Amino acid sequence: MPAMSWGRYPRAQHTREETPEWRQQLVRAMSGHDTFLAFGLGRSYGDVCLNDGAGLVRMHRFSHILSFDTTTGVLRAEAGLSIAEMLSVIIPAGWFTPVTPGTKFVTLGGAVANDVHGKNHHKVGTFGRHVRAFELMRSDGTVMVCSPTQHVDQYRATIGGMGLTGIITWVELQLTPIASRMVEEQSIKARSLQEVVELTEEADADWDYTVSWIDVMASGGSLGKGILLRGRFSDAADGSLASPQSSQLLRVPFDAPSWVLSRPTIKAFNTLWYNKQLAREHRRHVDLEPFFYPLDAIGNWNRLYGTRGMLQYQCVVPMQNGVATMKSIIGELQRGAGASFLAVVKKFGSHTSPGLMSFPQPGLTLTLDMPNSGRRLFAALDRCDDIVASVGGRVYAAKDARIRGDRFISMYENYSEFVQYIDPRCSSSFWRRIHNS
Amino acid sequence: MSSKSIVIIGATSAIAHGVAKLYAKDKARFALVARNAQNLDVIANDLRSRGASHASTFIADLKDIARHDEIVRFAMSDLGRVDIVILAHGLLKDQTEIDNDVDATLEIFEVNATSMISLAHRFGCALEKQGSGTLVGLSSVAGERGRRALYAYGAAKSAVSEFLSGMRGRYLPLGINVLTVKPGPVDTPMTAGRTLPLLANVDKVSLDIRKAIDTRKHVLYTPGIWRVVMAIMRSIPEGIFQRMKI
Repeated sequence: MPAMSWGRYPRAQHTREETPEWRQQLVRAMSGHDTFLAFGLGRSYGDVCLNDGAGLVRMHRFSHILSFDTTTGVLRAEAGLSIAEMLSVIIPAGWFTPVTPGTKFVTLGGAVANDVHGKNHHKVGTFGRHVRAFELMRSDGTVMVCSPTQHVDQYRATIGGMGLTGIITWVELQLTPIASRMVEEQSIKARSLQEVVELTEEADADWDYTVSWIDVMASGGSLGKGILLRGRFSDAADGSLASPQSSQLLRVPFDAPSWVLSRPTIKAFNTLWYNKQLAREHRRHVDLEPFFYPLDAIGNWNRLYGTRGMLQYQCVVPMQNGVATMKSIIGELQRGAGASFLAVVKKFGSHTSPGLMSFPQPGLTLTLDMPNSGRRLFAALDRCDDIVASVGGRVYAAKDARIRGDRFISMYENYSEFVQYIDPRCSSSFWRRIHNS
Repeated sequence: MSSKSIVIIGATSAIAHGVAKLYAKDKARFALVARNAQNLDVIANDLRSRGASHASTFIADLKDIARHDEIVRFAMSDLGRVDIVILAHGLLKDQTEIDNDVDATLEIFEVNATSMISLAHRFGCALEKQGSGTLVGLSSVAGERGRRALYAYGAAKSAVSEFLSGMRGRYLPLGINVLTVKPGPVDTPMTAGRTLPLLANVDKVSLDIRKAIDTRKHVLYTPGIWRVVMAIMRSIPEGIFQRMKI
């Protein structure tokens, strides 16, 4: 399988793909003259994980666990280890990943390079904040251990550094203790975007994990109606750490035709989904898998979007006038023929990341998945960028396939500082699109 | 389930590591043998991190048959009692690369057949002495029929399969099980860069192997489809088979 990003747009042709398993092979994979980029499991959406016309170092086999102290919850593993595999080892010992994105099929290296965040950002910040140290291997043969106290510049540049500062060989994480794999979950219906935000602010004080799914295809006053999901790990009462019988993974075996996910079908799905829950409030105890990773149960769900692929758009805007800003972004997309499944809304907290190019900042973040419907959608997304930039917000590189370079650069105040730490032999399709524009 | 004591020869191979990970979870104790010291250390630490209660290492080039007794002594004395011995070392080369190279052809035989048979024999005797255990040999579906594209490797694996069959007959009455594993092509560094049919996932193959060990199976085709595929392959007349491009 050629390397692709999760949005399956744009496509790239790599001239060289190395798949090292051992350290000496990794060193060899970095030799040569073309540029290279470390590639994990291809779960970023656009082109931040691609290096069209040049080399890729596929990291998924470089995935051994180097040490795991079950008493302190400190784990050190090679960067190609997936969160999924890490969880299979740490959960039975009573530990969980401090931060997780919406899929467990990401590597530790990818989690650092994109400084991923999760439903608990308001409590603990990004993934990078929990990285005690990592090792960075540069193309000139230099190897350095980076941490908050050693090689601090490279440490800050590599967290959220999109793989451009060299290859991360191992990552040392401080894990979070759990007494059970069960999650106490509550879902609460909100009739408008305003109500979603109010419920979020209320929930964030007491709940470790909060996120909302909103219907962006609804019109008028009910625009942004949705469901707030809040959860916390159960305490010892039902303290099972043994994993339940794993259910068969469903797979999408082929690229679906484009009508499968088109405006009418998505609109119908969203309405059905919102009305599935009749009561205003619903409580249940669920396993952590369906709570954190509902979509992982369907392998390759991205293929439902057909051969043209999908675009994901994630931005963060300040709290002040946040609802109005999000409404104007959604409005642009509605006019631009963008059809989106349930969009995700979350409030980022004030914990700052050490990463120079880290995406999260305090405010509201909005995420939408859209079938790649072509030019009109691209134009609408450009207008969304304008809105985000005008309020001092940001667009997330790990989701992006199309933002204008100058726009992106204007959103990241540490850009020029970051550039000096890039490894001269590292590059990506995303980076050339941004930097050379 | 009580934790098992397991010897793995060729412990840095992807399939061996896949199986070992599954037992490490249940606090297994390991004696690990491989050629590359640095890589073997990585594997030992990985298994410890995954729950193994013991993992000792022994470095040896397995072609060096003179050292095989030493390997067996190390493993048996290190673990005390051995529940499972897994012979997983192997060497794969493109047939066309070695078509005109008899030394390389014999090296394929040395690693995959002679050395494997030597260790199977020695560990068989050791298990007989303790009166229990399971011996697992990694063979291949390639050993079921000689074919143009992979006959040196195939012939070596064929020798291993037949040898293990005979051993099974010998040890069955003694309560010692011999398991022959016949994987199809598996997505591992060994097969990287080759275009192969029905490439299987190493985790799936590892699960199959663990299950076959635990249920004392005799011959395992993994993935299971290969039992059917090979039955068909074996039934094709030689004159036709050798003209087929497979």
